[in-house]
Amino acid sequence: MSVTAASPTVAGAKQDIAIAFADAAVRLGGRTIWSRVSLTVDQADFVAVLGPNGSGKSTLIKAILGLLPLAGGSASILGRPPGAAKGQIGYLPQRHGFDSATRIRGVDLVHLGLDGARWGIPLPGTQVRKRDAARVDEVIELVGASAYAERPIGVLSGGEQQRLLIAQALVRRPQLLLLDEPLDSLDLPNQASVASLIRQICEEEHVAVLLVAHDVNPIVGYLDRVIYLAGGGALEGAPEQVITSATLSRLYGAPIEVLHTSDGRLVVVGEPDAPFVHGDRHA
Amino acid sequence: MPEAAAFQGFSWNPITDLHELFAYPFMVNALAAGTIVAVMAGVTGWFMVLRRQTFAGHTLSVIAFPGAAAASLAGLPLAVGYFGFCGLGALALAGIAGTRRSLSAESAAIGSLQALALALGFLFVSLYHGVLNSLDSLLFGTFLGVTTDQVVVLLVVAIAAVGLVAIAARPLFFASVDADVAHAAGVPVRALGFGFLLVLGLAVAETSQITGALLVFALLVTPAATAHRLTARPVPGVILSVALALAVTWLGLALAFFSIYPVGFYVTSLSFGLYVLVRVGRGLRRRRQASARLALEAA
Repeated sequence: MSVTAASPTVAGAKQDIAIAFADAAVRLGGRTIWSRVSLTVDQADFVAVLGPNGSGKSTLIKAILGLLPLAGGSASILGRPPGAAKGQIGYLPQRHGFDSATRIRGVDLVHLGLDGARWGIPLPGTQVRKRDAARVDEVIELVGASAYAERPIGVLSGGEQQRLLIAQALVRRPQLLLLDEPLDSLDLPNQASVASLIRQICEEEHVAVLLVAHDVNPIVGYLDRVIYLAGGGALEGAPEQVITSATLSRLYGAPIEVLHTSDGRLVVVGEPDAPFVHGDRHA
Repeated sequence: MPEAAAFQGFSWNPITDLHELFAYPFMVNALAAGTIVAVMAGVTGWFMVLRRQTFAGHTLSVIAFPGAAAASLAGLPLAVGYFGFCGLGALALAGIAGTRRSLSAESAAIGSLQALALALGFLFVSLYHGVLNSLDSLLFGTFLGVTTDQVVVLLVVAIAAVGLVAIAARPLFFASVDADVAHAAGVPVRALGFGFLLVLGLAVAETSQITGALLVFALLVTPAATAHRLTARPVPGVILSVALALAVTWLGLALAFFSIYPVGFYVTSLSFGLYVLVRVGRGLRRRRQASARLALEAA
């Protein structure tokens, strides 16, 4: 680990490694979701988490957040145990968007990302308030949501909501961003444009981003690495190394074929369903 | 009989009328109590509507009824019954919400609790052998006979409740609109949900004493729902909610003073009228905007 006594993990300190799992395992309701998982995510990397339903993608995010304890092995998140670096992690949970009755402005939602955990009533007009408001404007500008941030979030499209939610997760200048299926409800062009936005954020804000995705194709061009969860284990590496017939067959322990279509898309053939999925794709 | 003294009708001279209004100590107490209750109901109601807990709020208000009836039966001050039962009701509701079942199972459980509360209320009233002549005011409110001591109790409880909501305002707002993200950010979402139900219980117990158990919605829900319709901004929303609750309370009390009809009727009708007005107004505006857009696209 790069953390030594000479470089204490104060807020804003930069580590080279954002996430390090060593031989980690997670159990949920008596069954092992995955085990013997070892992986490293470097700072400012854009990483997609892939795998079939029930393979434990959201579970991985929760383990990184410290919401689920490890059943074995160890994990270091921004140089600290899971759950200890909460303030430096931006998190966007899996969701189905806000319904049209939600009368909350996007800008207020982003503001909550900054001061939503603070107690007491803020006095208007103070330096802190002005600095906070400026940061909120800045991050809304960054995600390109300035035109509609003042409108109630419920009336916005899925893509517009996602941009504001990413702004909310970014507003505290996290060093690590965890996005659980943010592209799920978007059409293909919107998926690509949000992925390109995230690529840009990685570079400009120097954040490591972990994005859980169903389909790698719309985003594969923007990724540094992928984590592929399947068969109770995980593999991590560059997309072209991981998404191959040989690698995935080894991971699944069954013959898997990765086809390259003429328009450059990757198609994974022969994926068996994850074992013991009780219709719970969030596991 | 204060009613006999009060029923003199408008003089149509606002200064004389206002003078008349403040000439009676019972009226001054009623206005003070109404003001305190309206501020508290406006603040907690705004969060209740935001959290979509109006059904829980309604159930707490129904629980206020057996509370007051039991207090009458036991010869205790009504406030003891209101606060005691609403506090217990809030604990029960928090327990139901805490089991984290589906939303439909939760509302079914709350509904069952509500029915039990009504049944208990009628039991206590009948145990009183029918001489509980204040049944009307338990259910539909009264502004007569609010004592200065009661006003002090209302004030202390309201300051405590509004103070708690103010301290927790941002985390409570966060937990209400986005519980998962708030939880991940370190907001104690479940503790806040529990605490808010207790504060809501206090607010219902207070409001019941003015509007009666059945008309609590007039102050707790309608002004807050109207404010949510009018603005999506949180701070102006809470202020508007309080302002509307104050307006309907003051107007309702004044109208009841100069007429023979009960205060609960006026407060409820005024807030309902405002709510309908705002909904219709917003609907018309949206339609106008939509047709303007269509015309623009056609052009």
